[in-house]
Amino acid sequence: MPDAPGLELIRGEIERDRPGAVLATSFDRGQAALIADPERILDVLTWLRDEPGHRYAFLSSLHVADYLPAEPRFGVHYELLNRDRVERIRVKAMLSDPAAPSASPPEDAAEPGAAPTSPGAPRQSPRTGPLARPQDSPSALPAIDSCVSLFPTADFQEREAFDFFGIVFRGHPDLTRILLPEDYVGWPQRRDFPVGGEPVTFTYNEQRYG
Amino acid sequence: MEIERRSLRSKQLTARDMLRGDLEGEDLERYVEERVVTTTFEKMQNWARSNSIFPLTFGLACCAIEAPISIVTARYDLARFGAEALRASPRQADMIILSGRVSIKMAPVVRRLYDQMLEPKWAVSMGACSSSGGMFSNYAVVQGADKFMPIDLHIPGCPPRPEAVLYGFTKLQRKIQGNPDQGWRARYDAHGTEEWARGGPRSAPSPEAATAYEEARELARA
Amino acid sequence: MAELVADRSQEVMTVNIGPHHPATHGVLRLVVDLEGEIVRELAPVIGYVHTGIEKSCEDKSYWKVIPFVERMDYVSYFFQMEAFCGAVERLVDLEIPPRAKYLRMIFLELNRIHSHLVWLGTTALDLGAISMLWYCFRERDKILDLFEMATGQRMHTRYFQVGGVIEDIPVGFEQKCRAFAEEMPVRVGQYEALLDRNEVFLQRTKGVGVVERERLLELGVTGPLLRAAGEPWDLRKAFDYLAYPEVDFKIPVGTVGDNYDRYRVRVAEMVESARIVAQCLDKLPEGPFIADDRKYVLPPRSELSTSMESLIHHFKLVTEGYRVPPGEVYYAIESPRGELGCFVLADGSAKPARVHFRDPSFVNLQSFRDMAVDSYIADMICSLGMLDPILGGVDR
Repeated sequence: MPDAPGLELIRGEIERDRPGAVLATSFDRGQAALIADPERILDVLTWLRDEPGHRYAFLSSLHVADYLPAEPRFGVHYELLNRDRVERIRVKAMLSDPAAPSASPPEDAAEPGAAPTSPGAPRQSPRTGPLARPQDSPSALPAIDSCVSLFPTADFQEREAFDFFGIVFRGHPDLTRILLPEDYVGWPQRRDFPVGGEPVTFTYNEQRYG
Repeated sequence: MEIERRSLRSKQLTARDMLRGDLEGEDLERYVEERVVTTTFEKMQNWARSNSIFPLTFGLACCAIEAPISIVTARYDLARFGAEALRASPRQADMIILSGRVSIKMAPVVRRLYDQMLEPKWAVSMGACSSSGGMFSNYAVVQGADKFMPIDLHIPGCPPRPEAVLYGFTKLQRKIQGNPDQGWRARYDAHGTEEWARGGPRSAPSPEAATAYEEARELARA
Repeated sequence: MAELVADRSQEVMTVNIGPHHPATHGVLRLVVDLEGEIVRELAPVIGYVHTGIEKSCEDKSYWKVIPFVERMDYVSYFFQMEAFCGAVERLVDLEIPPRAKYLRMIFLELNRIHSHLVWLGTTALDLGAISMLWYCFRERDKILDLFEMATGQRMHTRYFQVGGVIEDIPVGFEQKCRAFAEEMPVRVGQYEALLDRNEVFLQRTKGVGVVERERLLELGVTGPLLRAAGEPWDLRKAFDYLAYPEVDFKIPVGTVGDNYDRYRVRVAEMVESARIVAQCLDKLPEGPFIADDRKYVLPPRSELSTSMESLIHHFKLVTEGYRVPPGEVYYAIESPRGELGCFVLADGSAKPARVHFRDPSFVNLQSFRDMAVDSYIADMICSLGMLDPILGGVDR
């Protein structure tokens, strides 16, 4: 890992080249992280990948964590690796949930055809299709730019993030559910989605659960 | 039927006479009786079926490494039970071993495979995950394959040892032969000690359960 | 009649292979566009064994997560345990004793040999060399005997715990393991004698499924697939974790990156792993097998009847579990299929807030399209075997 001073140097260099793209840094338990502005994430990733002396050209992992109840809620993590110097750095982009109860739900809850942001949206009326709840319409999902053009390895991983958290990656060639059935409703890995399953039937609750 | 112990010489002479066509009368009848087994057709059919089961090559998850891959290897030989001919096509197989967790995406596929198999067919649920959902009590795993298909045999374990699978296999063979293993209640004459929910194994669901199902269905549709 | 014959060369048929198929190494579904026998387009459809393990882990205390994550990539279970336990050890800043490091390495390398044996047996079965299945599984049963001797279970042993390993190896394990490690290179020599210069095997694997090194790196592919393409990248040598720096081993690297190189790399890795096991047994230090910190590690049972404090620790650990200070960590190790990374987000409570595994098979599967497009369907089956996907890891 770059150590704490090294991390600040990287941040300084990015500030010089792409001002405003990195919001903060964090160095915790020996791992360096840059917290980037989600609208400028491609700038940060391109800089880290291409800048001579900092070629973090290998994307180890792209994953999302839900920090509920902290706001902003979703953290998209990009684990980058420089194989020549054997160093890892993490880039985090924090997204909030546009469909949170504090935000007012959008008026025209999605015309499916006019939603270029989510190519995976079904071509049906939103009241009956799989994305049937107003908070699932494409404009109510958190969105960030896709980095498939920079790192082709992000293809499946962004689809997985969409599948589990409902995060739309703008520009992804085929953003559909990958691990769950195509008609599944809900974003399971969000913290407010229940784990599911069945309770164990004992004699005291067998009447209720059959 | 009494079995006479005869000397080898007299047996040889009878055999020689049989071959020449010289044996008649009571000797012939006795000769035939010693070599014929009478049974019902069903018993013979079941015996043949149980000793030549064609399992389907079907593996879902971790249990698949133990069966059907590990039990056909030399140490835990499934071939000694006559079940070495694993078939890839469900039309040609008669036993499906659900080895592994059945996820919600896979359940319709498994059901279709089971439907494609021809009668008589048996389904063995191997391991905890396909018997009851196992340790995965969550949104993605069907809590027991008998929620959507009939299962003849459950084998516990996570994963069950290949010996356990073979033990279950022998129990399945006995079940096919019409002599299902009734378990300890038959052995110890303890019938009448079972606890059935809601008044019996074939009773209707309780009114509370029925309303709960209705509510759940409404929620899913909404 | 004439129209029927004319356009046959442009005829493309979409075929669905799987999820139930003898050659797909698990429940992988491939939607393949075939033009005659040539694959024009390929799309893998996965998720048929998705178990929601990552979601289940958020509901369990940290030590209960260990049996869950074991069952992801169900052939290399020790590696998942190591990735998770290593991540949590970094979160709580716990140092494991040297004996535990060496014991972990022994089991990890035995698991690597086990995984490669399962791969070799099933892939050779796909290609028609059925005898390899019997031989490989004979060795595999020896490894499972070793696991059972030490841990009580053949598969999914839950042997690694945060702080070390759950119990020490029994008497007699060392001899049996050493005998196995000495015998393994001989057996590998026998496998090579069967396959290495077998004309049918060479025809099926040489020059088939080549993807360039740069493309593999772009796609995030790691492990034997990357090493077969000529890139000497192995996390055991790159990042020093456990006691790998103290052990002497080589990384086999291929040249062309075709299926034959992948086969050679994995077979050579088996020999190297046997060497590592032998060296670890030689260097195994005495001492405790698990860390001493009673806040995270169960006290030994003998103390429970004499020390009140141990009893309280035991009670607290078993009922609630230990609390991990808030933070997040990403810890990656070299599993038999590539980089296995574990991301753990802790929020200060006794249950992890997010556990995510960067599974190597999931990422490696993206390179399958490159391997199989514009080649025969039989070559596609061969490439699928050499890709070595384990669908439990892909789907989690």
